[in-house]
Amino acid sequence: MNVANSLRNGPDETGHFGLYGGRFVAETLMPLILDLEQAYEAARNDPEYAAELGALNTHYTGRPSPLYFAERLTEHLGGAKIYFKREELNHTGSHKINNCLGQILLARRMGKTRIIAETGAGQHGVATATVCARFGLPCVVYMGATDVERQAPNVFRMKLLGAEVVPVTAGAGTLKDAMNEALRDWVTNVENTYYLIGTAAGPHPYPAMVRDFQSIIGTELREQFAEAEGKLPDAIVACVGGGSNAIGIFHAFLDDPDVAIYGAEAGGYGLDVEDGHCASMSGGRPGVLHGNRTYLLQNEDGQILEGHSISAGLDYPGVGPEHSFLKDSGRVTYVPITDNEALEAFQICTRLEGIIPALESAHGLAQVMKLAPTMGKDQTIVLSLSGRGDKDVNTVAKHLGVEV
Amino acid sequence: MSNRIANRFRKCADEGRPALVTYIMAGDPDLKTSQKILDGMVEQGADVIELGIPFSDPMADGPTIQLAGQRALNGGQTLHKTLAMVEAFRKRDGDTPIILMGYYNPIYIYGVDRFLDDALVAGVDGLIVVDLPAEEDAELCIPAIGKGISFIRLTTPTTDDKRLETVLKNTSGFVYYVSMTGITGAALTNTKAVGDAVRRIKSHTDLPIAVGFGIKTADDAATIGRDADGVVVGTALVRAIENSLEDGKASAYTIAAIHGLVRDLAEGVERARK
Repeated sequence: MNVANSLRNGPDETGHFGLYGGRFVAETLMPLILDLEQAYEAARNDPEYAAELGALNTHYTGRPSPLYFAERLTEHLGGAKIYFKREELNHTGSHKINNCLGQILLARRMGKTRIIAETGAGQHGVATATVCARFGLPCVVYMGATDVERQAPNVFRMKLLGAEVVPVTAGAGTLKDAMNEALRDWVTNVENTYYLIGTAAGPHPYPAMVRDFQSIIGTELREQFAEAEGKLPDAIVACVGGGSNAIGIFHAFLDDPDVAIYGAEAGGYGLDVEDGHCASMSGGRPGVLHGNRTYLLQNEDGQILEGHSISAGLDYPGVGPEHSFLKDSGRVTYVPITDNEALEAFQICTRLEGIIPALESAHGLAQVMKLAPTMGKDQTIVLSLSGRGDKDVNTVAKHLGVEV
Repeated sequence: MSNRIANRFRKCADEGRPALVTYIMAGDPDLKTSQKILDGMVEQGADVIELGIPFSDPMADGPTIQLAGQRALNGGQTLHKTLAMVEAFRKRDGDTPIILMGYYNPIYIYGVDRFLDDALVAGVDGLIVVDLPAEEDAELCIPAIGKGISFIRLTTPTTDDKRLETVLKNTSGFVYYVSMTGITGAALTNTKAVGDAVRRIKSHTDLPIAVGFGIKTADDAATIGRDADGVVVGTALVRAIENSLEDGKASAYTIAAIHGLVRDLAEGVERARK
């Protein structure tokens, strides 16, 4: 579908979603980004590439991911029927693998021999290390030192998979700092290195490319939901850090005005706490960082703030540019969810459904828990259950005052 | 457009030597010391001055310049204060070109039009904005040129002949050739390739070519300055400041340490072509 007034046409040929997006990178990287754009255009029109990716999605990742009716949670909340799109059941435990497979095939086509990535919670790092192991490519993952500590199990997984994990001590040692360091590596090793960005952000073509790889979530959901309920869902909810799982599940529904769409941002300690959250759209303003113009948390001098979230995967002061566009257009409603709301949702889901969600996904779930009771029993909500929470068990224990 | 940049490069060429382009971070290690360093640099032999705009996320800089930016920001440096530094310098020196160098976001948040007006009044001659490639010229490059401020573009080893046309199109003042793919502060490896690249760029433009990244000593400056119209030294100067600090603060030696290095480097460019 490519109609004039569609919300699904972006970006334009210069990589802009309205005001947002673009290619704000150093000249050293510019030729490479133009190459990447060309290589991606060629790949997406090549049936062989599609077939190879399709086969990996089926046999390696385990797609399609199930659509699951969360019966006990529905009963507990007493309103709309709640479904989970279970991306946490994918190989490596999150939606991140969808993007990594698409990009590693592209890196191979481009003849790149070394892969670098940034990671926050470690889910993207694990998925990248996994595809690098699968295709025999060396892999360096940049990870903030704070995150290395709070996501120790994922650090070990990456090392087992053969990746080198480089802790980044600059700044607060979180995802933003990891991304700076990955960009520094890339600009230094531009000849042989492919930067496998994990979210739908960065310079064009990354936001569009990552969205395309993740859009399989929404495309599958459309079909599965029609089979389950014979209609479209009334609401879709996803957590938003950089926003790749969110744009992935949203994109197929952007032109269906009857489907309400919600993005749950990291509200941390609350929006009123200075530098105490990572809700870049609810609490920030447009600026330029990491290759794109988008909503950012920043001070009046244009210096980027560190922000805070209990969830390492949402602990980033920016967001993908297409989300900024969708916010301004009013199509998607972005809401902040606090650390405590996410922790509560995490526990309720675990007890009622026997599913331990990632703390990131628990932010989406907390929004579902607010919405469902306000909706009728004949209505439906789908949550993108983007990742599993095994990696978060230590963090949650600490917050609950339990020693593991 | 002010002619300070062209005049200064011409003067150096007339003297048979490259221009010495020195970089410091505005507000490092503190505003007062930074102003004194800036004000005294020309006397020690600097020909063109690049003044860094501190930014929280300097993606193209190595650890030395990252830390300098952090020191400046921790001391409360803002773009307002950086412009005020230029204004104070300009009252003492009407001829030495000042180039502001940094990243786009602080300028974007200040407001492009307001920034250009204030920069012009302060006496800024040119801008180097690392994360604004030719593809984003509409943001700042074209408005700057319209108001008479040069927009100096970086060219790199990855800029091939075809791309060079795009890069040079709206470049003014001088061309900054980055001697390597990498971040500031890395080591210079292949000086012959740098000379070749300078000659290649010269065949595409009449603008002076300054070379930066990896030039640390008077000998480096002399070697690179054989072919280049200007040699840019940044990290080495910032490190001289860093090494002079006591408990992270300016010491009695800080200003002398950096000015001493500028003097050495000036001696290097003097003998570059002798």
